Amino acid sequence: MQSQATYNYKVVRQFAIMTVVWGIVGMLVGVIAAAQLVWPELNVLEWLGYGRLRPLHTNAVIFAFGGCALFATSYYVVQRTSHTSLFAPWLASFTFWGWQLVILLAVVTLPLGLTSGKEYAELEWPIDILIAVVWVSYAVVFFGTIAKRKVSHIYVANWFYGAFILAVALLHIVNSAAIPVSMTKSYSAYAGVQDAMIQWWYGHNAVGFFLTAGFLGMMYYFVPKQAERPVYSYRLSVVHFWALIFTYMWAGPHHLHYTALPDWTQSVGMLFSLILLAPSWGGMINGIMTLSGAWHKLRTDPILKFLITALSFYGMSTFEGPMMSVKTVNALSHYTDWTVGHVHSGALGWVAMISIGSVYFLLPRLYGKTEMYSVKLINAHFWVATIGVVLYIASMWIAGVMQGLMWRATNADGTLTYSFVEGVKASYPFWTIRLVGGLLFLFGMLIMFYNMVKTIAGQKAYDAPVLTPAHA
Amino acid sequence: MTIRRLRRAGKDKKGKQMADFVSSFWNVYVMGLVALSLLFCVFILASNMTKREEGPVQLHGHVWDETIAEYNNPLPKWWLYLAWATVIFSIGYLVVFPGFGNRQGIFQWSAIGQYESEVAKADERYAPIFNKYLEQDLLTVAADPEANAMGQRMFLTYCAQCHGSAAQGAKGFPNLTDDEWLHGGEPDVVKTTILGGRMGVMPPFGPALGAEGVKDVANYVRSLSGLANDSLRAQRGQELFAQNCVACHGAEGKGNQALGAPDLTNKSWLYGSSEATIIETVTNGRVNQMPAFKEFLGEAKVHLLAAYVLSLNKK
Repeated sequence: MQSQATYNYKVVRQFAIMTVVWGIVGMLVGVIAAAQLVWPELNVLEWLGYGRLRPLHTNAVIFAFGGCALFATSYYVVQRTSHTSLFAPWLASFTFWGWQLVILLAVVTLPLGLTSGKEYAELEWPIDILIAVVWVSYAVVFFGTIAKRKVSHIYVANWFYGAFILAVALLHIVNSAAIPVSMTKSYSAYAGVQDAMIQWWYGHNAVGFFLTAGFLGMMYYFVPKQAERPVYSYRLSVVHFWALIFTYMWAGPHHLHYTALPDWTQSVGMLFSLILLAPSWGGMINGIMTLSGAWHKLRTDPILKFLITALSFYGMSTFEGPMMSVKTVNALSHYTDWTVGHVHSGALGWVAMISIGSVYFLLPRLYGKTEMYSVKLINAHFWVATIGVVLYIASMWIAGVMQGLMWRATNADGTLTYSFVEGVKASYPFWTIRLVGGLLFLFGMLIMFYNMVKTIAGQKAYDAPVLTPAHA
Repeated sequence: MTIRRLRRAGKDKKGKQMADFVSSFWNVYVMGLVALSLLFCVFILASNMTKREEGPVQLHGHVWDETIAEYNNPLPKWWLYLAWATVIFSIGYLVVFPGFGNRQGIFQWSAIGQYESEVAKADERYAPIFNKYLEQDLLTVAADPEANAMGQRMFLTYCAQCHGSAAQGAKGFPNLTDDEWLHGGEPDVVKTTILGGRMGVMPPFGPALGAEGVKDVANYVRSLSGLANDSLRAQRGQELFAQNCVACHGAEGKGNQALGAPDLTNKSWLYGSSEATIIETVTNGRVNQMPAFKEFLGEAKVHLLAAYVLSLNKK
């Protein structure tokens, strides 16, 4: 039975298209920054030097690309699994335009060198206030939609989206607290080691909630939908959800091993990072095992390939993360390219691939079609992207371990065997391979853009009718 | 130990370990939170140890969006063991290492303790290697190839960032190979420079001389080392130089090593010899600093570094 009302797909369409656009922009900036490491002479203008582009890259891929993907999918999923249209559609529309304004302001202010100096929270205070307003609006729309749902149970994807929205609001507001001195300059409300601790409490939970919980929400809808199989275990989803959101909050101090941070904080940060291994793998198991009985679909369905490969990279980087948080391992890995490789195994392998798979699922449905313009091109995108990620993370692993070993090598008289610049020189071949990996990944996004344009060209926007819940 | 050293080690005047918390409340608060979090993990694992039931796995009974349903498979055993293992390891870790409030743990380990014992061990092992050169005079050490190899390794670690890996210098950072010295190239002076660092200050003359005056002086300065200049301006500049600059740079512009004032008649330029750069220097002045290495490296290592720098200037 179908009612007359339709789901609000407009805001989903807007965010889905911008996901692809910002993905290309963010990754292009990343590729330029990677090229600047290989050829330092590319640092020509002060606005486009490595130091200004690097925060622009991270903000663009995390908050513009990842953020738009999360907005698009959460608005889609919460409507479909609540069997009701969005609460306060005008407010949802505000979140779209507000978020695009935040991104544009980042694109302008970061190259100008306007920064609060906090990693992944560089934007200055007026933009921070705008982010807070948009985020609270997002929470109102999301939880308002949950409140008017037509089914009694809230689907697991929405728990993860909900936790992500609440936690990010908390993290952003606490970490961005600052004393403004002008419209473009402010100083953190915290000082010294407390400031560092709050920064990494924020920083690691940005990984835990923005880049993990939110995308697990995405996984819990699009994997069973695309595989057309029931989720493997309800019980596992309950256990790993609570364990994950309870434990992530503690993990921040592992970014500050062997610093002025008190010993007890470092220990606790390391231990809860280790405990995180099982809850993280719970999500991977639940996603991959959902495919049991339908493994053959992996051969023919490139969207499923994206989703399942994303889960594999998720499992790999959530094993690597707890290991790197062990102090003895961290003593080698810290400050090296190993960390960069680890981040990108999560960011490209997990976050980008699960988003790309989900957007390929969404785009045709938002325009009244069942398939993208070309399934072959999705397949091509998959292989280009996979090879790109593997080149990226393998080169960074080798470079990172090499750097760590070179930095700690000593001569018989106790002096360092290698000066710092020798470590830099030895890293060049790996930085070149990384650049190639990044270029491949960016090229994949361009294939996606072409496929998207061909899919929606000449198509009318389509809003599906609201479905009456099935009574099982 | 001095009080400063004690403070750095997190200890009070009596040498007792200082607490990380300003009051005992926070200690209890943190212990409570850590315990609760671990108990929560134990609880959620213990309450989900269900076994697989006979017969086919049942669906959980809810359907969303037409097709989404859930099985209710029990938790995989290996996964449960993994989760338990990490929780039990963590509790054990907190027993032996610091992490549970103010408790030091039964190993009595601390980061600063480990640092100090490692440094002490390294000092004991490596100090004799360096100390044997301390008894020799600098020029003897400078002629010793083995000592120079050690000096070069340290130079590449501690000095190359500013002076360059071949000690060739850069803008604002002196070339150490040209036998031109700001503070003097005698062996003891070079060592003093590294031990205590140096401050180089030239006051700004823009306000006193005015733009035209500065330009005149700049042309005179260029004439001192035979660089192309406007002779009319240089002539006017000479007068201004005599009134304003000779106190430090000397009547002939030969500089004064006691003050660190550069010789302006040679080919060595710390910031550059172009008219524009000299105008910038005279107008705004310059402030420069070489850091002191005595505290950081100790005299024996500085002795080797000074010898290495001296060896670079032996033709």
